[in-house]
Amino acid sequence: MNVNQATFTTAVLDPETAAPAGLTDPEGRPAGKRFSVYRNNVVVSLTSALETAFPVIHALVGEEFFKAMAGVFLRAHPPSSPLMMFYGTEMADFLADFEPVKHLGYLPDTARLELALRESYHAADAAPMDPETLVNLPPDRLMETRLRLSPAVRLVRSAYPITSIWRAHHDPAAEKPQMRAEDALIMRPEYDPTVHRLPPGGAAFIGALMNGNKLGGAVAAAEEAAEDFDLTQTLGLLIGGQAIIGTEEEV
Amino acid sequence: MSKHVKSLAVAGALAAALTAHTTGPAQAQEQVKCFGVSLAGQNDCAAGPGTTCAGTSKVDYQGNAWKMVPAGTCETMELPEGRMGSLEALDRDLPA
Repeated sequence: MNVNQATFTTAVLDPETAAPAGLTDPEGRPAGKRFSVYRNNVVVSLTSALETAFPVIHALVGEEFFKAMAGVFLRAHPPSSPLMMFYGTEMADFLADFEPVKHLGYLPDTARLELALRESYHAADAAPMDPETLVNLPPDRLMETRLRLSPAVRLVRSAYPITSIWRAHHDPAAEKPQMRAEDALIMRPEYDPTVHRLPPGGAAFIGALMNGNKLGGAVAAAEEAAEDFDLTQTLGLLIGGQAIIGTEEEV
Repeated sequence: MSKHVKSLAVAGALAAALTAHTTGPAQAQEQVKCFGVSLAGQNDCAAGPGTTCAGTSKVDYQGNAWKMVPAGTCETMELPEGRMGSLEALDRDLPA
């Protein structure tokens, strides 16, 4: 057989391209029809992978549209890794630029949330620390302490009501999304990731912790972002989500 | 607020968060795997494509797709009527 890999993959994803010359069936004839079957299977399976990966986007845009859009996406962004569980990382940016849905500003961030949930699911395990340890620190040392967060923690900030949209598609009894900015915190306290809407300043606080700021600095960042920042509530979320796995103090 | 007073406030907030955590209802129930109660495509496993897990539940109340529920309620859980109610039409309700 005299077909190189580049020719083959180009032809697999482009229906306008002829089947690569040199592919033959057992009788030695050109295998055009067989190649078309293969081409169809690749597209159908990647489309199905995207449906599994982005169930809320799928529900938001509908079956027919999603399938057509997936066809465009998978040709622009074929898998770069054999790990299908991470397929579709370019979806948010794709949606932001895809002309037919450019006006639906909430789609890219909703895709980011769905992607973050998958990343959280596949992140390494980490045992939470006993939060009593923190309470036992003298207050001045507490302020100088860095909180290490679980690798399963993800933060998705949005100008759109992404957590309400996500919830409305998972719980038929959930409240209808109101047009407002929402910041999502994803944690994985048991086996599966959970989504929480952060109170004002919460995302600034957790973002600062993730960037390696000390507790005192993170509180200051949060208070700058939102005057009514409620530290108790945000720490309560992190403790409840088993998201705090350790501390670091400078000696 | 002086630096020390601020520290005390943060320590106080932490203590309050911990108290709420240890006395709250969230801790009270252990989670168990409960089979056959999740809606199609809504089973709790979020592993994504290429796995044998999420989204493989193709029909409602499929017997081998599981959902986490509080221990003890698995067998008595009521399955609601009209359950697929409001999954669509969100794009109508939101300004772009």
